[in-house]
Amino acid sequence: MNHSAISVAGPRAREIAELLVLFVGVSAVVYVIVVCALIWAIRRKRAATRFEDDDARRAADRKSRHIIGAATALSVLILITLALADFFVQRSLSAHPVDALRVVVTGHQYWWEIEYDDPAPSQRVRTANELHIPVGRPVELVLTSRDVIHSFWLPSITGKKDLIPGHTTSEVLVAEKPGVFTGQCAEFCGLQHAKMRLVMHAVSPEEYEAWRQQQLQPGRQPATDEERRGQSVFTKSSCILCHSIQGTDAAATVGPDLTHIASRTTLAAGTLPNDQSNMATWILSPHAIKPGVQMPATQLAPADLAALTRYLASLQ
Amino acid sequence: MNTAADLAELEKRWADPPGFLGWMKTVDHKRIARRYFVTALVFFALAGLMAALMRLQLARPENTLVGPDLYNQLFSMHGTVMMFLFAVPILQAVGVFLVPLMIGSRNIAFGRLSSFSYWIFLFGGIMIFTAFFLNVGPEAGWFSYVPLSGPQFSPGKRTDFWAQLVTFTELASLIVAVQIVVTAFKLRAPGMSLNRIPLLVWAEVVTSFMVIFAMPSVMLGSSFLISDRLVSTQFFNPAEGGDALLWQHLFWFFGHPEVYIIFVPALGIISEIVSTFASRPAFGYLALVLALVVTGFLAFGLWVHHMFATGLPPLGMSFFTAASILIAIPTGLQISCWIATLATGGRLRLATPLLFVVGFFFIFVIGGLTGLMLASVSLDSQLHDSYFVVAHLHYVLIGGALFPLFGGFYYWFPKLTGRLLSERAGKWNFWLFFTGFNVAFFPMHILGLKGMTRRVYTYGADRGWGDLNLLATIGAVTIAASMIVFAINVVVSLRRGQRAGENPWGGTTLEWATSSPPPSYGFAQIPCVDSRQPLKHGKEALAWVVGLPTLVRTSLVTRLHDAAPDHITVDPEPSIWPFWTAVAVSALFIGSIFTPWALVWGAIPVTVALIGWFWPKHEETERTNRIEVKPDESRPARFLESAS
Repeated sequence: MNHSAISVAGPRAREIAELLVLFVGVSAVVYVIVVCALIWAIRRKRAATRFEDDDARRAADRKSRHIIGAATALSVLILITLALADFFVQRSLSAHPVDALRVVVTGHQYWWEIEYDDPAPSQRVRTANELHIPVGRPVELVLTSRDVIHSFWLPSITGKKDLIPGHTTSEVLVAEKPGVFTGQCAEFCGLQHAKMRLVMHAVSPEEYEAWRQQQLQPGRQPATDEERRGQSVFTKSSCILCHSIQGTDAAATVGPDLTHIASRTTLAAGTLPNDQSNMATWILSPHAIKPGVQMPATQLAPADLAALTRYLASLQ
Repeated sequence: MNTAADLAELEKRWADPPGFLGWMKTVDHKRIARRYFVTALVFFALAGLMAALMRLQLARPENTLVGPDLYNQLFSMHGTVMMFLFAVPILQAVGVFLVPLMIGSRNIAFGRLSSFSYWIFLFGGIMIFTAFFLNVGPEAGWFSYVPLSGPQFSPGKRTDFWAQLVTFTELASLIVAVQIVVTAFKLRAPGMSLNRIPLLVWAEVVTSFMVIFAMPSVMLGSSFLISDRLVSTQFFNPAEGGDALLWQHLFWFFGHPEVYIIFVPALGIISEIVSTFASRPAFGYLALVLALVVTGFLAFGLWVHHMFATGLPPLGMSFFTAASILIAIPTGLQISCWIATLATGGRLRLATPLLFVVGFFFIFVIGGLTGLMLASVSLDSQLHDSYFVVAHLHYVLIGGALFPLFGGFYYWFPKLTGRLLSERAGKWNFWLFFTGFNVAFFPMHILGLKGMTRRVYTYGADRGWGDLNLLATIGAVTIAASMIVFAINVVVSLRRGQRAGENPWGGTTLEWATSSPPPSYGFAQIPCVDSRQPLKHGKEALAWVVGLPTLVRTSLVTRLHDAAPDHITVDPEPSIWPFWTAVAVSALFIGSIFTPWALVWGAIPVTVALIGWFWPKHEETERTNRIEVKPDESRPARFLESAS
């Protein structure tokens, strides 16, 4: 499972994990010292009487004062070391990479809108909930939100960054090996915060380029009668009010772009595996899977539903 | 000493009027503190049940015990109630009860205000629980981030109730803060100069100053929020030039000091317990006091570490990392001082109060060290808003505040009620709590590192978080069992507990110089103080102030730095008006959830109630003028000679 801040797959998460090891190591030593001192203080043999004589107490306290002074000085040194270690890691993490791929991620309740930036508008890939990035090449995310605050987190790759309406933030992703990595919205964003998930595919540069070219195509035209019927169900029912499929009349941007929905591995923001039966369930009753989700339930005749899911499954 | 006739006279002056009306009218800090304790513990139990329900929901992946709507209300209520209706009020109530007794005063300053503050606190709590049970409980978290909590994304009244609860509780705690500062600075027994003030009193003073500076920020925030929601102001709406991050700054400028508002009184409790059980004054008095004061200041320079993920400039964030790490120094210093106190004192008896303090060390130090990790900008980017933070904050708040508070219960329960809690049940209470706590919360560190985010009502089986969550739920059930033991212990001990006498633990601060429970007038005579341990040589060795007028309720006001007697003031008599004022203010607050006009029309009953509260009575004014000794530098106070 590639969803962990300790088993990492990117240089940024690695740097943070190494810093964590330093902090945890120092903390463990400090903890053991404190607990040993406490146990010694409780269990050491002594008389039952209190210090009747203030002078005797003062003499004992002078010794304690020296020990505590030394301990405090030592802890100051340790804390300065930790602060500096953090400072340098933070500096290296906040450096802007050169030759980065720019991807704009916009948060919605409860899904991720993804647009690969390019100077030529025709070269911009629009998709949702699943990122593809080439291994080794830095990707600069430009993060914002259309509604409430969300937070982008791929624990195996890098730390969190908030998506805030009215603000733009950025985060850098670098994957050092191919694989599928999962993430999750980390800022409480409403009823389906728990199921606002994210999938990232780190692939070789060639595979990435192939994927990009494929995503740039308009939606595949229906080839069979059933697919044609499915397309007509899509454009004549409420689907068209929120979703877009390039190459058809559907061009709304309220919900995820479905032009290449069949090329994605999951549905409902990383919640369900993408197959026709899950697609049918999701269309009929999204609230059974994600109560409170923005997508309304759609009533369709069984034959229409079958045609629609067949059509959507053809949108590679 | 006093004759029986003197005591009868004092009792006549200070006792509450009989019956239910007298109960409503009381301005006695001991009775009001007791009410605070009981009410806050009821809220604690309810918020704890909500936590248990959440833990049951999370015990298995894809569990359907609680849906997302209820779950969001549960965690919003749990956080809100624990912070605003339990932790802050109960630790302030410790001050309301103990500060006057520890400094040798008959009552807290401005007694009617504490009555008012209790009713406001109670009405706020009743409002939020009524709202919750009517399905209009808060749903946007105890932090209520905008825009999620704004008019567009949280329609309905749920968040309005939350915002007004904040207003209620902040009003109540601001009032108590002012009272504690004045009591500790002006009503100390003669001779209790600044360097002889008990450490718990210092802690309550520092806390009160923090309340005074932190609470206005969140009251401002909650008022902005409710006016955005009710009258369409646009403070937080980016589309109209408002800013979503403004809320976070206002909230955390309060929210971080809030943690220390809860933690600092607990530090005071630890100092008192450690010093009593080690049979010596706390080692490093000056260092301990300065550490409290420094903590109070630094607490205001840390708030941005809750916002490291919002994309602020890196250099600015480094400043807050440094400040957050810096606060470990005073805390570490205090821990060293307590260990030194324990090491150099007399033979220790591991009675329940001390046991809870030892538990504090084991738990809190972990919370403090994980706090260092959260202070680091880079580490925080992974840990923030994950279960690691849930673990951290419970280690800090339960370990740092609740364990000392329980120690304090066992320690001062005899003073409050006259009877000791059972030691055997106390041991069960401690070990169940200590074990359950670690089983419940330690796994959450690992869950956070494995990517489990906070505030999720469920999680997929594919994530692999099931086993550790089940373990955490088992821990939560153990904690619930320990709380049941505690509740039984309290109920049984109230009836059948061993009688405590004045000073069951051999304490050396002034609250142990009066009977348990103390009489309505606190002390038969005001004691004089000449050291940090006034009772070190027993009560018999104390000198007492004589010659104070007993015709009416009077307090001896002393000077700020050396506590030399300065003048005499007349204390307020019991009154029903604080209650009516609280009713009027509550009507205004609750009304304003529904219509902004409540601010206009609601002001009328508030004004009427305040006029009733302050209505001068001719004979009272006459008597006051006769008795009050005004501060006058040229004339030495008459009673100075009689104080030995």
